[in-house]
Amino acid sequence: MKRYQELPIGGVIPGGATPHLVQTGGWRSGKKPVFNEKLCVNCLLCWVHCPEATILVERSQMRGISYDHCKGCGICSQACPTGAIVMVAETNDEPQMPQQKAGEEVCV
Amino acid sequence: MRVATEQKRLTLITGAEAAAHAMRQINPDVVPVYPITPQTPIIETFAQFIADGQCDTEIINVESEHSAMSAAVGASCAGARVMTATSSQGLALMLEIVYIAASMRCPIVIAVGSRALSGPINIHCDHSDSMMARDAGCVQIFAENAQEAYDLMIIAQRLAEDRRVLVPVMVMQDGFTITHSAEPVALLPDESVREFVGQYEPLYPLLDTDRPTTQGPFALPDYYFELKRQQVDALEAARTVWLELQERFAETSGRRYEGFFEEYKLSDAEYALVILSSTAGTAKVVIDRLRRKGVKVGLLKPWLFRPFPAEEIAQALAHAHAIAVLDRAISFGSWGPMYLEISAALGRYLHEKPVLYNYIYGLGGRDTPPESIASVVTDMQNELDPRVLRYLGLRE
Amino acid sequence: MIEIRWHGRGGQGAKTVSQLLAGAALRRGRYVQAFPEYGPERSGAPVKAFNRLDTKEIRLHCGVYEPDIVVVLDPTLLHAREVRVTEGLKRHGLLLVNTAQTPEEIRALTGFSGRIITLDAEALARSVGARFSNVVMLGAVARVLGEISVEDVEHEFAHAFGEKALATNIAALHAGFAAVDARAERSEASL
Repeated sequence: MKRYQELPIGGVIPGGATPHLVQTGGWRSGKKPVFNEKLCVNCLLCWVHCPEATILVERSQMRGISYDHCKGCGICSQACPTGAIVMVAETNDEPQMPQQKAGEEVCV
Repeated sequence: MRVATEQKRLTLITGAEAAAHAMRQINPDVVPVYPITPQTPIIETFAQFIADGQCDTEIINVESEHSAMSAAVGASCAGARVMTATSSQGLALMLEIVYIAASMRCPIVIAVGSRALSGPINIHCDHSDSMMARDAGCVQIFAENAQEAYDLMIIAQRLAEDRRVLVPVMVMQDGFTITHSAEPVALLPDESVREFVGQYEPLYPLLDTDRPTTQGPFALPDYYFELKRQQVDALEAARTVWLELQERFAETSGRRYEGFFEEYKLSDAEYALVILSSTAGTAKVVIDRLRRKGVKVGLLKPWLFRPFPAEEIAQALAHAHAIAVLDRAISFGSWGPMYLEISAALGRYLHEKPVLYNYIYGLGGRDTPPESIASVVTDMQNELDPRVLRYLGLRE
Repeated sequence: MIEIRWHGRGGQGAKTVSQLLAGAALRRGRYVQAFPEYGPERSGAPVKAFNRLDTKEIRLHCGVYEPDIVVVLDPTLLHAREVRVTEGLKRHGLLLVNTAQTPEEIRALTGFSGRIITLDAEALARSVGARFSNVVMLGAVARVLGEISVEDVEHEFAHAFGEKALATNIAALHAGFAAVDARAERSEASL
């Protein structure tokens, strides 16, 4: 880890969107959001409300959910006006994480 | 009588107005503020300047000092040049966020009209408020009079924004005694001030979307300590930058703030007084009177309290037979805050130490006339027990 | 150094005239201070304001305890129980009172042995259409100080008063200045 002389001052982390760097999928316990593309109108309210880097967006289109980052809070399903995201029980035999390497996601 | 031509350049203004003029000339981007006596005339005057079109700062009227400093931090992180002002309970309410401003390295200049802390409630001057904030990570500068309040605000802005420093700077002037007293002040031309403070170029402006940053993150045991250690360097650097700026300010203004503290007839003094801000002025009059009677007494008046110039002060006081530190605040269960600093400084840097006295004076605006200060020198001459904490002007 | 204490009531402009006097004296090349005594501010309550005038830099930042000149803006203060207008006033100092009474009557009332000047500033103010007598008293103080001209004070007025109030205040100032001049009073406490 960096010495104090090497760190940017003031606790600043150069570069935004730091949730991409941290995999928080392991926090999920019980329920996970499931995305139904047919009902999605691409309003991106899920992207706005999600506290993590979970909602995968490409060229302003909702593309799915990163379970490496999803904490299972369910805010996206609450924010979704069309029922395109619903919380479903997660079975133990599903692999919860990790599926992607950190930093792979592109958030436009 | 002699008519001093120098006075022609002087303006009769209060300390509060002097600070407001400095703010007008600095023309900060944002000033979030909440009124409190005796600070209010600073911001009132400044708001008038804006209303008159003399500067174009955005004042944010908030609902408390906590919000004022919060808005100040937000604006500063966004990349704005930010100033604010407060006193007493206002600083107390602000304090939570002052620590955050310091840790996020926001170069916010805070004008403080020094005032006692409640309770009992009191609106008059002492230094309890700024001393309460001494460990927050700000540079702390004390002004003796309206002229110094003006000059030091200007110096403070540049000091805060130096890349080596980047911490808030508090500039204290004594409430009422200075904030509300009209005195002659030599104002600099607007261009000179603007040239002196220059354009502020923030290091990590949040609004720079080409260089996005994350600010104010959680720092657990893995990073917190390192970030605190950086603040030590910032305050250390403030010493160097202060000295550099004094050279520049002298060129700009013709007024020189030599070193970290003013020495008044100190070089051959057997008895030394150490006093902050306006009472130091009264002490100079006392010293002149006592010197005429052959008493070798002098004064050390710190401008900088944080960073504390410990070694320099110890050296400047080394030759004295006895030293009296006059504190306008008290750390209950201990001593006066400045006494503790000077005691530590003498202990660290001197083999043979002068006798060191501590007096608490002027709490809650209790006046300190020349006779009070003279009595301290008499006490030192009479070799009273220095282990006793003493009080000036107290009914006891 | 000359120290002046002004006694007035909240709202009568004691602080204002102390600052105007300081401004005029600064114009004359004096070093000056003007400061009010602060407390909970209530309209009508007895208040004090102070001046220090000197030929060299003023470093004192404490209260004024032994003034050379005391100015009483409101004659009712002579009877206010909590106010002692002669407190600390130097024995050879000057007591300047806005009253229709004579100096002898004020001497009997206050027991002050030094110089006393009285003028009916209220009547003088009324005669020129001014609402307050503080500026009349300011004119009188300028006169006894000797070295401050009415023009010096007038210059200060330009910043202090709006256009409408300017003319009456200048008239009030002259009235106060002339009232003392007419008696050929001179202060010993000159600069």
